[in-house]
Amino acid sequence: MASTIRVRAVAGSGTTEVQSLIQHPMDSGFVKDSKGQLIPAHHIEVVQFEHGGKTVFTALWGPAVSKDPYLKFSFKGGKKGDDLKVSWVDNKGASDSLMAKIQ
Amino acid sequence: MTATPDAPDNARRMILKSAVAGGIAGLTLGAFPFPAFADADAKEWPADAFKQKTEADALKALYGKTAEASDKVGLDVPEIAENGAVVPVSVTSTLPGVTGIAILVLDNPNTLAAAYKIPQGTSAMVACRLKMAKTSKVVAVAESGGKLYSATREVKVTVGGCGG
Repeated sequence: MASTIRVRAVAGSGTTEVQSLIQHPMDSGFVKDSKGQLIPAHHIEVVQFEHGGKTVFTALWGPAVSKDPYLKFSFKGGKKGDDLKVSWVDNKGASDSLMAKIQ
Repeated sequence: MTATPDAPDNARRMILKSAVAGGIAGLTLGAFPFPAFADADAKEWPADAFKQKTEADALKALYGKTAEASDKVGLDVPEIAENGAVVPVSVTSTLPGVTGIAILVLDNPNTLAAAYKIPQGTSAMVACRLKMAKTSKVVAVAESGGKLYSATREVKVTVGGCGG
């Protein structure tokens, strides 16, 4: 299966700007399905970005983050061709990770 | 989790170490170099903070203190959100040494929406999209030098995005 993570990291002058999109339902636990049953909460809890063996960003998410969450941040350092590792884990224990190249 | 390239190497070192220490038991559990990445993260998630119903309680659970309003925290949200399921929110701060950013939606069922850890070298800037149940104040909190600073904006929501 294709990765759930899409990430674009672009090295600029001294900083690297990272944008990511993750495919995930992010069910809040407050929405009912067509039969009136509550859909249990199912959301990403932690997203981590690593560069050069160091964590450069950690996102802790509750169910109030939108479906297929988008995230943008930037960090100092990082150059074209460097690896950026993205990984997430959700409240059901599912996870995914991706090694992306900085552009 | 995918194995990092250096994992086998580390594992070998650990096996050698535990063997030297005479710990055969260490081979079974202790030999694994680090706890699986995903497991460690799940524990890091502040479940308690995400259950709180008020701004003060959520911040207390997350950081153990209260925030003061500051114009050095920038919060960019739409004035009117037509779709509460996707509200773009971006937070920036000009404070020095920001170590964390949290975003709270006060009238959501649970106040805390997202918290970000900002290690040294990472900009005090984050953009994401949140769900909002109804018109509410959105609060951005930045942690700097052990203190919390906040900015508040109201977002009018036409169609709620948190429940049916």
